[in-house]
Amino acid sequence: MDDLDQLEKTILDEIAGAGDEQALEAVRVSALGKKGTISEKLKTLGGMSPEERQVMGPAINGLKNRVNEALSSRRADLRDAAIAQRLEQEKVDVTLPVPASPAERGRIHPISQVVDEIAAIFGDLGFSIAEGPDIETDYYNFTALNFPEGHPAREMHDTFFFRPDEKGERKLLRTHTSPVQIRTMEAQKPPIRIVIPGKTYRADSDATHTPMFHQLEGLVIDKTANVANMKWVLTEFCKAYFEVPSLNMRFRPSFFPFTEPSLEVDIQCDRSNPGEVRFGEGDDWMEILGCGMVHPNVLRHGGLDPDEYQGFAWGMGIDRIAMLKYGMPDLRAFFDADVRWLDHYGFRPLDMPTLFGGLSS
Amino acid sequence: MKFTLSWLKDHLDTQATLDEIVEKLTMIGLEVESVDDKSALKPFVIAKVLSAEKHPDADRLKVLSVDQGDGKPVQVICGAPNARTGLVGAFAAPGTYVPGIDTTLSVGKIRGVESHGMMCSERELQLSDEHTGIIDLPEDAPVGASFAEWAKLDDPVIEIGLTPNRPDCTSVYGIARDLAAAGLGTLKEGAIEPVAGQDACPVDVKIEAPELCPGFALRQVSGVKNGASPKWMQQRLMAIGLRPINALVDITNYVTFDRGRPLHVFDAAKVKGDLVIRRGKEGEKLLALDGREYELGPDNCVIADENGVESIAGVMGGEHSGCDENTTDVLIESALWEPYNIARTGRDLGIITDARYRFERGVDPEFMVPGLELATHLVQENCGGVASERRVVGYEGHTPKRVTFPTQEVERLTGLDVPGEESLSILSRLGFEPQGSGETVEVAVPSWRPDVDGKADLVEEVMRIHGVNRIEPQVMVSKDTVSTRVLTTGQIRTRAAKRALGVRGMMEAVTWSFVPETHAKLFAGDHPVQILANPIASDMSAMRPSLLPGLVAAAQRNADRGFADVALFEVGAAYEGDRPENQRQTAGGVRRGTARLEGAGRNWSGNVAPVDVFVAKADALAVLEACGAPVDKVQIEAGGPDWYHPGRSGTIKLGPKIVLGTFGEFHPRMLEALDVSGPLCGFEIFIDAIPEPKARATRTKPRLDISPFQAVKRDFAFVVDREVEAARLTRAAAAADKKLIRDVGVFDVFEGASLGEDKKSVAIEVTIQPVEKTLTEEDFEALADRIVQNVGKQTGGVLRG
Repeated sequence: MDDLDQLEKTILDEIAGAGDEQALEAVRVSALGKKGTISEKLKTLGGMSPEERQVMGPAINGLKNRVNEALSSRRADLRDAAIAQRLEQEKVDVTLPVPASPAERGRIHPISQVVDEIAAIFGDLGFSIAEGPDIETDYYNFTALNFPEGHPAREMHDTFFFRPDEKGERKLLRTHTSPVQIRTMEAQKPPIRIVIPGKTYRADSDATHTPMFHQLEGLVIDKTANVANMKWVLTEFCKAYFEVPSLNMRFRPSFFPFTEPSLEVDIQCDRSNPGEVRFGEGDDWMEILGCGMVHPNVLRHGGLDPDEYQGFAWGMGIDRIAMLKYGMPDLRAFFDADVRWLDHYGFRPLDMPTLFGGLSS
Repeated sequence: MKFTLSWLKDHLDTQATLDEIVEKLTMIGLEVESVDDKSALKPFVIAKVLSAEKHPDADRLKVLSVDQGDGKPVQVICGAPNARTGLVGAFAAPGTYVPGIDTTLSVGKIRGVESHGMMCSERELQLSDEHTGIIDLPEDAPVGASFAEWAKLDDPVIEIGLTPNRPDCTSVYGIARDLAAAGLGTLKEGAIEPVAGQDACPVDVKIEAPELCPGFALRQVSGVKNGASPKWMQQRLMAIGLRPINALVDITNYVTFDRGRPLHVFDAAKVKGDLVIRRGKEGEKLLALDGREYELGPDNCVIADENGVESIAGVMGGEHSGCDENTTDVLIESALWEPYNIARTGRDLGIITDARYRFERGVDPEFMVPGLELATHLVQENCGGVASERRVVGYEGHTPKRVTFPTQEVERLTGLDVPGEESLSILSRLGFEPQGSGETVEVAVPSWRPDVDGKADLVEEVMRIHGVNRIEPQVMVSKDTVSTRVLTTGQIRTRAAKRALGVRGMMEAVTWSFVPETHAKLFAGDHPVQILANPIASDMSAMRPSLLPGLVAAAQRNADRGFADVALFEVGAAYEGDRPENQRQTAGGVRRGTARLEGAGRNWSGNVAPVDVFVAKADALAVLEACGAPVDKVQIEAGGPDWYHPGRSGTIKLGPKIVLGTFGEFHPRMLEALDVSGPLCGFEIFIDAIPEPKARATRTKPRLDISPFQAVKRDFAFVVDREVEAARLTRAAAAADKKLIRDVGVFDVFEGASLGEDKKSVAIEVTIQPVEKTLTEEDFEALADRIVQNVGKQTGGVLRG
C-alpha cells in the first residue's frame, strides 16, 4: 500500500505543478493513459487473489478517482487563470471617445420644426395644410385679392418681378401666401379650414427683413365664422405655440386689401431682458400677425357668394414667430447655413413636435 | 402722419389725457407709432449772460457768467460768435442730456478754465439745423423759467402709422373727427367762410386731361408780403419735421396737414398766360422745387403755361414759378387729381411728397374749394393782399356713394351684439348719413371716405368705434370626431425626407431660392432659367433650378470658416419654369470632406475616408426609403447630369421614364465653375416624381410565412469584364431561382494583373432559404450550377479558379 500512497503523492504533486492545460494533460496521460501508472496498477488487479483484489481494488480505484477529481479541479483553476489573464490583456481605455450617433449630429432647421409645430396645433383644430407655387401671376397675388391695379397698397409689397414673356405678361414671386386662398377656393367647396405655410418674397433686407421669408396663412370659410371665432382660434394658437398657460392679446383695427374688417394683433410681453421675450407677462405689446374677415370681393373671386359664405383669414411670419419663441437675434442667419448656427438653433431630428408629447422638449 | 397735441385740440374739445388719447387712437385703428412728450427739453432753462470775457488761452472762446435765475451766476465757456453780455438764451446745467450732441454734460475744463454748463444752439436742442450761434431770445424772456414751456416747445408730438385706406386721417381734423366719434371729446366746427373776392381771377385754367384732373380751383391774391410765417405755425411745422420756408409755402404745408388738403402756390409774376392741365409731352423736363430735373411723358399730368411745364400735378411744383420773399402776387391752387396716376407718377419719378401721399390715397373732393378758401384766409391774415374771385374748373360735384346696410351684418361678421341704433349713431358721428330706420338702411358715405364701398366696410367702422376689445372670443367647434390625417402625401414625404436625412447626421439648411444666374445656367439642363427683372443683388438674380448650387456654396462658406467636413441638406422647391407644375419639390444634399454617416475627420480608431459617390447614393436611397418609394424596384443607371463626375455618378429610375433622383461626386470642372473645392458629393431626389402609394382597403400587412428550415449562405467569385456592372451580376445570380434565393450581396471586388487585362473579380454571397424541405447536398450543387450558368450567360463571367 505504501507504494500507492507514494504514487498518489507524486501524481497529485505533478497535478498541482502543472502550469497549463497542456502540462496537466501530460500528467493525466502519464497517470491514467493506456500506459499510465494508475492504469498499470489497475491491470495488476487481474492477477491478484480474490482477497488481495478485495483490498487493492478499492484502493487503486479510490486513487484513480482522487486523481480524476484533482485533475478536473486543477483544470478548472487553470481555465479561470487563463480567462483572467486574457481579460487582463484585453483591457482597453474606455475613456477614449466614440463618435456621436448620426441622429444626434443631424439637425432640423427651425423653420421646418416650427412648421411641424404649427401643423400639430392646427391639425388638432381640424385644419389641413395647403400649399401653392412661389412663382405667381399678378392675378392671384394681387387682383384676386382685391388689390386694384395701380393701388398704393401694391407698392407696400416691394414685389420681385420676372422678365415679361412674349405676351408681355410678367410673373412675380408671391409677396404673401394669400394667393393660396384663391387657389383653394377655386379647388374646394366650403367649409374650408386650411393653413398655408410657405416661402414668400419681398425686395427688402435688414436684421428683421430678408428678400425671402416664410409666412403662415390661415383661412376659414363657412356660413358662420366671425371675428369672435377668429379671436378664439388665434388666441388658442398663440397659447399652444408659445407653450404658455395664458396670454394677453390685443386686436386692433387695421387695413389689408383682402380683408374687411381688418385687424392687427399684438401680444403682451416682457422684453426687459435683452435677447429674450416672455409672453403672458410684462407691459410691452408686440405685433404678431394681421387678420380679418375675408373681403367680399375676394370671396367673389374665389367663386363664392359673400352673402352666403363668410370667413376669416390671417397671416403671420413663421421666421418671426420662430425668432420670438427660440430667441434667434437675426433673421439673415436663418438662410446662411452656418453649421454652428444650425447646430445651436436647429432641432434633433427625432424630436418631433406633437401635442401629446409637447411641441418642444 | 405726425401732429402735436395742441394742434389736435384746435379741432377736438377734450379733457382726455395724452395717454388716453394715445390708447384710443391705437384702438380705433390709428396705430400710434411714437409719442414724443418733449420731456427731453425740460431741463433747459432760460438764462442771461451777465458778462462775456475773452478766454485767456483761446481766441475764439469766451468765459461767460450766466444767471439761471437763482441768483448764483455760474461760469460757462462758450465758443458761439453771438455770445455777448446781455444775451438771453437756453442753458443746460451739468447733468443735462443734450440731444443734439448726444452727450450728458458734466463740469469740465476747457483750455484750463472750468465750465459749469452750456448755452445751447437750436441744433443742440434738435429744434432746427441752426448752429451758427447760440439761441438768442428776446430780452424780456423770463430768466429761470423752462425754455420749452416758454417757447411752447413742450407740445407733445404724436406719430401714427396710417394705413393706406384712410386718406381722411392724413389731416389733424380727420383724426379729431375719429376720436370724437369714439367718445373722446367733441369735434369743433370745421366749416370755412368763403372769401369775397374782388374781380375775376386774372389767370384762366383749361383742363385738357379731365380723366386725370376732375377739378381745379384757383385764386390770385395780389399785393402780398411773403415774409416768415407766424411763430406758432413754424413751431407746429417744425414739431412734425417740416422746415419753415416762407409764409406762402408754410401755409400750403400747414393746410396739407391740418385738413389733408394739399395746395400749391405759384408766383403770379412768373406765370405766363393761362394754365393748362394736360399730359406731359415726351422729353419735356421740369426743374422741380427739390432742385432736381425730372423728365416727363404722357403718363404724367402737368400744369403748364406759355413757358412750358410749371408743376408736376399733385406731386411737386416747379422751381421757376415758386414763391419766394419777392413774391407779391400769388396764385393759390387747390385741385383734384386721379389717385392712381399720382401714385404711378410718384413711383416712376421717385418723388415722395406730402401732396403725393394724400392725392394717391384720395383727398376729399368736397374740400377742394373750402381748402382754397382756408388758404386764402391764412394768406390774407399773414401776408395781406387782395383776393380775386375764385376760379373753379372741371368740378362736377360729388355724388355720395350709397351702401345698403343691414344692421344685423355687424353681428354676422364680428359676433358683436350692437343695437342697430348704436351702429347708426356711430356712423353718423363719423359723417355717414343713414337714411331711414329699421333693419336695413341706406347709408350715404361721406366724401372724405373713398375707402368705403360696401356693408363690410360699415361693419368695420362700427366695430372699431364700438371697440374691438368688446368682442368676446367664441369657441369655433372644430370637430365632433377624432381628427383624420392632416397632411397630404407630398407633405408627409417632405417631412419624412427631412427627418431621414437628419438622422443620417446631416444638417438642414434653408438657402435662398435665388442663385447667381451663372450658377442657375450650370444646373438648369434643358429647362429655361427664370430670371428676376429686379433682383435685390446680382448674385440673387435667378431662381434655382436645383438645390445643389446653393448647398455647394453653403458648404464652401462653412469650409472657409474652418468647418471643412459638413453634411448639409435641404428639402424645398427647384424651379424648372414659371408654371406651378414646374416647381418641383426636391430633397437635395451635399457632403464635403470626410463628413460620412459614421462620423468625420480623424479618429484614434482609424481616420474617416473622404466622401464619395456611394455616400451620396446611400443618402439618396435613404430619402426614397423614407418617402415610401418602392426601393426594391428602382434601377440604378451609371452616369448622371453634367455637374457630376461621369464615371462616378448615377441616376435612380423607376421604369424607363420616371427619374427619381441622381447622385454622384461633382465634376472637377463644375467645382471650378462654382469656385469651390472638394471632396464633394451630392444627390437630389424629386419627391413629386415618386408615385402615390396605392390605396389600400385595410391596413393589414401581407401574411408572413417563416420557413422552418435553416437558411444557408454560399459564396461565389466570378471573373468578368471590367465593364460589367455588379448589379447585372447580382441580378443574374438572383434570377437563377427566385423562390430559393433570398438575397445576393457583393462582398468583394478585386482587379489585378493576375486576372488578365480589363478583368475584375466580383465575389458574391448568396443567401438560400429552403421553403418546402431541407435541401440536400445535390440540391445545393444543382442550384450553384444554375447560378454559375446564369451569370455566365448574362455577364460572360466565369467562376474564379
